[in-house]
Amino acid sequence: MNGVVTSSGWWLPLAVLGSSLVPALVIMVLSEERQLTRTALNLTAAVTKLTLVAYMTWSVARGNAYELRFAMLPGVDFVLRADALAMLFAGLSAVLWLFTTIYAIGYLEGSPNRSRFFGFFSLCVASTMGIALAGNLVTFLVFYELLTLSTYPLVVHRGTTKALNAGRTYLRYTIGGGAVLLLGVALLTSVAGDVAFADTGSLVSLIAQDSTMLQLIFWLLIAGLGVKAAIVPLHGWLPVAMVAPAPVSALLHAVAVVKAGAFGIVRVVYNVYGVETAQLLGVLAPLAVVACFTIVWGSVRALFQTDIKRRLAYSTVSQVSYIALGIALFGPWGTIGGLMHLMHQGLMKITLFFCAGNYAETLGVHDIDELDGAGARMPATSVAFTVGAFGMIGVPPLAGFVSKWYLGLGALEANMPWVLGVLVLSSLLNAAYFLPIVHRLWFRPQLRPWPDERSFGTGETSRWLLVPTLATALFTVGAGVLASLPFSPLRWATLISVRVYTQ
Amino acid sequence: MNGSALLPWMLVVPLSWATGTVLLAHRRHAYTHAFNTVGSLLLVALAATLYWVTREHGPTTHALGGWSAPLGIGLRADGLAVTLVLLTAIVSGACGWYARTSERTERQGKGTSQRYFWPLFWLLITALNGIWLADDLFNLYVGLELLGLSAVGLVALGDGEASLSAALRYLMAALLGSLAYLLGVALVYASYGTLALPELAGLLSREPITQLALALMTVGLCLKTALFPLHGWLPPAHGVALTPVSAMLSALVVKGSFYILFRLWSDVAESVVTPLAAQALGALGAGAVLWGGWQALRESSLKMLVAHSTVAQLGYLFLFFPLAVGTGASAAALATQGMLLHLVAHALAKSAMFLASGTLIASVGRGGVSDLAGVGRHMPMSLFAFGLAGVSLMGLPPSGGFNAKWLLLQSALAGGQWLWLIVLLSGGLLTAGYVFRVFRESFRDPDPGGGRFTTTPRAYDWVALALATLSIALGFASRSPLAFMTNGLAVMVRGQ
Amino acid sequence: MSADRLYAYVGAALVALSLYAFLVHTHLLRRLLAFNVMGGGTFLILVGLAQDGRGPDPVPQALVLTGIVVAISATALAIILLRRWFVFSQATALPEDEAQ
Repeated sequence: MNGVVTSSGWWLPLAVLGSSLVPALVIMVLSEERQLTRTALNLTAAVTKLTLVAYMTWSVARGNAYELRFAMLPGVDFVLRADALAMLFAGLSAVLWLFTTIYAIGYLEGSPNRSRFFGFFSLCVASTMGIALAGNLVTFLVFYELLTLSTYPLVVHRGTTKALNAGRTYLRYTIGGGAVLLLGVALLTSVAGDVAFADTGSLVSLIAQDSTMLQLIFWLLIAGLGVKAAIVPLHGWLPVAMVAPAPVSALLHAVAVVKAGAFGIVRVVYNVYGVETAQLLGVLAPLAVVACFTIVWGSVRALFQTDIKRRLAYSTVSQVSYIALGIALFGPWGTIGGLMHLMHQGLMKITLFFCAGNYAETLGVHDIDELDGAGARMPATSVAFTVGAFGMIGVPPLAGFVSKWYLGLGALEANMPWVLGVLVLSSLLNAAYFLPIVHRLWFRPQLRPWPDERSFGTGETSRWLLVPTLATALFTVGAGVLASLPFSPLRWATLISVRVYTQ
Repeated sequence: MNGSALLPWMLVVPLSWATGTVLLAHRRHAYTHAFNTVGSLLLVALAATLYWVTREHGPTTHALGGWSAPLGIGLRADGLAVTLVLLTAIVSGACGWYARTSERTERQGKGTSQRYFWPLFWLLITALNGIWLADDLFNLYVGLELLGLSAVGLVALGDGEASLSAALRYLMAALLGSLAYLLGVALVYASYGTLALPELAGLLSREPITQLALALMTVGLCLKTALFPLHGWLPPAHGVALTPVSAMLSALVVKGSFYILFRLWSDVAESVVTPLAAQALGALGAGAVLWGGWQALRESSLKMLVAHSTVAQLGYLFLFFPLAVGTGASAAALATQGMLLHLVAHALAKSAMFLASGTLIASVGRGGVSDLAGVGRHMPMSLFAFGLAGVSLMGLPPSGGFNAKWLLLQSALAGGQWLWLIVLLSGGLLTAGYVFRVFRESFRDPDPGGGRFTTTPRAYDWVALALATLSIALGFASRSPLAFMTNGLAVMVRGQ
Repeated sequence: MSADRLYAYVGAALVALSLYAFLVHTHLLRRLLAFNVMGGGTFLILVGLAQDGRGPDPVPQALVLTGIVVAISATALAIILLRRWFVFSQATALPEDEAQ
C-alpha cells in the first residue's frame, strides 16, 4: 500500500497531468517580455497533451488500463486511472485546450499580465485533466478544488472593480459548493470507506441499512457539484463571470468549470452509486426534474439578455443540464445522450464564445442589436456562429440534434414522456433566442458604424482568432454528420453506457 | 550511528551559536552571516540525521552528562519529538536566511537592537528543542520560560513603541502562564514524588489534587498558546515583530506550549482528564476559529490579518481534545493524526505567509491590505507563495492543511460529533474569506501614476516559496510522516 | 501543623494575594512585583508540600534554585523593557490598560 503501485503504464496519466502542470509553473516564472518562448511552450504543451491523450484513448479502447496509486492519507489513496469515461472528458479538454490556447494567444496580444494568465490557464487545464483521470472521490475533490483556485485569477484577470466583484461572487459560490462537496465526500467515506470509481458503482451493498444516509449524501454531493454545473438555483456566478476575457469564458463554459461539475455528477451517479443503485434509492427522478427546470429556466432567461455573452451564459445554464438530464434518465439511451452532450455542448458553446470574442475584438460589438449586418463584414465568423447556433437548437444533422434525439429516446425508455415536452419547449426557446441573432447577422443591413473597429490586414480578423473558431465549428458539423465513425462522441458514449448497466 | 549520542547536540549547537553570536556582535556583518549560515545548515543536517536514525532504530533517550533523573536532565526522542526538531530546524533555517538577506540589503541602522537578534534567535531554537525533547515536567518548565523570554526579546526588537508595548503585554502573559504551570508541577511533585513523564504516566490517578494540578497547568499553557479568549496578547506581538520573527513565533513558539499540553493530556494524564473538560477546551478552540477568523476578515493591516489568522488556526489544534477524549480508539487516532498534521502544516504555511507578507509590505512600503493594489503585477512570486500558503490554511486540497482537516472531519464523524464538523467547515470558509480579501486587493489594477514598488531581494521569494511548497507537498505524502509521528504515543491516541 | 505545611499555606496565600494584585494593577512595575511575589509563593508551595511529612528532599530544592534563576532573568528582561517603554512613551502602564 505504501509507495507507488504500478500497473501497465502508471506514468502515462502522470505525463498527461504533467504536460500542463510543468508548463504552468515554468510560464509563471517567465518574464513578461518573453512572448515567443511562452507561445512556443504553450503550443508544445497543448500538442504534447493531445498526442498523449490520443494514444491513451486508443489504448483504453483496446482494453488497456492505466493506473497510478499511492497512499495520500491513512485510509485514502491518491488514484489516477484512465477508464473510458475519463478519456471522454480528457479527450474533449485536450482538443479544446489546444484551440483555446491558440485563441488566447491572439486575443491577449499586447495586454499586461500574460505570464500570470497563461500560467493559471495551464494550471486550470491540469486540474481538468486531474478531474478526468481521478480514480476515486477524494482525488476528484483534490482537483475539483484546484480548479476553483486556478480559475479565480483568470476571472479577475482585468483587475477592474467589476472583474473583482465577479471574482468574489465566483468564489462565494464555488468555495461554498466545495465545502458542501467536502462534507458529502467525508460523510460517504465514513460510511463506505475510500470510494473508488467502479463501472457499476460500489454502494449497492449498503442500500439495505443506510438508504436515508445515502440519499442525504447524494444530495450533498449533487449540491456541491451543481454549483459548478450551474444547476438552478446555484448558477448565479456564471452570468456574472462573463466579465472575464473571452478565452476564459470559453474555458469556463466549454472546457473546464461547468463541465467539471457535470462530469462529477456523471461520476457520482454511475461510478460511485451505480446507476441501478441510484434508481433503487429513488434519486434519479428528482434529479431529472431539477435538470428539466434548469433547462427551461435558463432558456427563458437567455431570451431577455441583450448582451451577447450574457445570453450565451444563460444558454450554458440551460444546455449543461441536458447532461444531468441524460444521466437521470434511467436506461442506456439516456446515458448515451447525456454523455454525448458533454462533448457536443463543449464543441458548440466554445464556437459561439470564440465568435462573440471575434465580434468584440474586431468590431467592438458587445450587444446583440449592434450585430446588424456583421455577416457581410465577417462572413467566416458568422458562418461559424450560425453553425453553433443551429447545433444548439438541434437542427439535423448537427451535433446538438444527435444529443437531443438520444435524450428523447432515453425519456421514452425511462417512462418519462413529459421530458419530451421539455425537450421540444427548450428547442423552441433555443430557436427563439438564437435565430434573431442569426437573422441580424445575415439579413439586416448595417445601420451604424462599428463601435470600435480594428483592421487585421487582408483577413476579416486575426488569424489566431479565426482558425480555432472555424476548427471547432467544423467539429460541430463532424460530430453530427460522422456520428457513426469509430471514436466519435456517439460511439464512445455507447461504449461507456454498455459498461455502467449490469443487465 | 546512535540516536542517543546525537540528542545533546540538538541543544549544544544552538546554545553554542547563541554564545558565538554574542561574541561576534561587534564584528563585521560578513563574519556573523557566514557563522549563522553554517549554524543553520549544521542544525538541519543534524536534525535530518536524527530523524532518519530514529526512523530506522526507534525512539531513544539520553541523560545529559550522565546524570539521570530526578536531578539530571533527561532527553527523549520519539517520532513526534524528532519530527518537531526537524521542523524547527527547517523553519528557523528559512527564517534565518530571510533575516540575513534583510540585514544585508536594508541596513536599517538599528545598531543596538540588531546586536541582540542572533543570540535571541539561537536561544529560541535551544528552548524549542529543549521542549520537544524534554522528558520531565520541570525541564519543560525551564524550556517554556526560556522560550517565552527569548520570544519576548525578539518581539521587542521591532519598530518603536508598538513593539515595546506588544512585548510587555506578551511578557506579562508569558510570566503568568509559566507560574500557573509551575504551580501545577509543584502539586504533582507533592503527590507523586516524581516529575519524569514516563513514570507519571503510570502513577497519575483521578484525584482532586491531581485534577487541580492539571487544571492549573492547562490554564497556564492555554494562556501561552493564546487560546481564545486568552489570545489578546498574540496579534500585537506577532503583528509588529520583525518579519522573520513573526514567522517563527506563529509557526513554532505557540506550538511549544501546545505540545506540552498535548503530551500532558494524552501521554501522561490520560486517566485524569474528563470528557467534559475536553469538550470545554474544544468549545474555546471553536471560539478561536470563529473569532480569530472574524477579526482577520475585518483587519486592515496585512501582518495583523495574518496574526489573527494564527489565533484562528490554533483553535483547530484544540478541537483535538473533544475529538479524542472519551470517543473511542478510532476517533481518537484520527483526531491525533489530524491535529499533528495540522500543527506541522500550519507551521510551514504560516511561516511562508508571514515571510511573503513581509516581502509584499517591503515592496509596497505600507502595511495596509488596501495598499496592495497592483502587487499582483509587480510581485507575482511573493503573491504566489502567499497563495500556496493560503491554500493550506484554508484547508483546500492538495495541501497538508486539507489532509489535516480531512482527518479531523473523519474523527468527528467516527465519534458522531456533528458540532465540530460545522466548526471545521465554517472555519475553512472564514479563512477563504480573509485570504481572498488579500488577493482581491492585490489583483486590483493600480491607478496609473499611483503606487511605487521597491524591488525586493530574490532570496525573500525563494524562502517563502520553499516553505509554502513544503506545506503543499505534505498534502501528497502525509501517510508516512504521520505514521512516524504517532508511533510510540500512548494507547489512547494510537488506536488499534 | 508542621513547618513545611505552614510554608505551603503561606505560599498559597502569597500566590492568591499577588494574583489579585497582578490582575488589578495596571502600573507595570507593580505587576512585575506581583509576579515576583507570586514566584516566591510558588516556590514555598513547591518545597513545603513536597517535604511535608517526608523530611528534607533535595529535588524540590534544586528545582527552586533553578526557578529562582529563571525568575531573576525574567525580571531583568522585564525591567529593561519597562525602562525603554517609559523612555519612549512616558507611561507606566500599557495603552490598552490605561483606557480602562
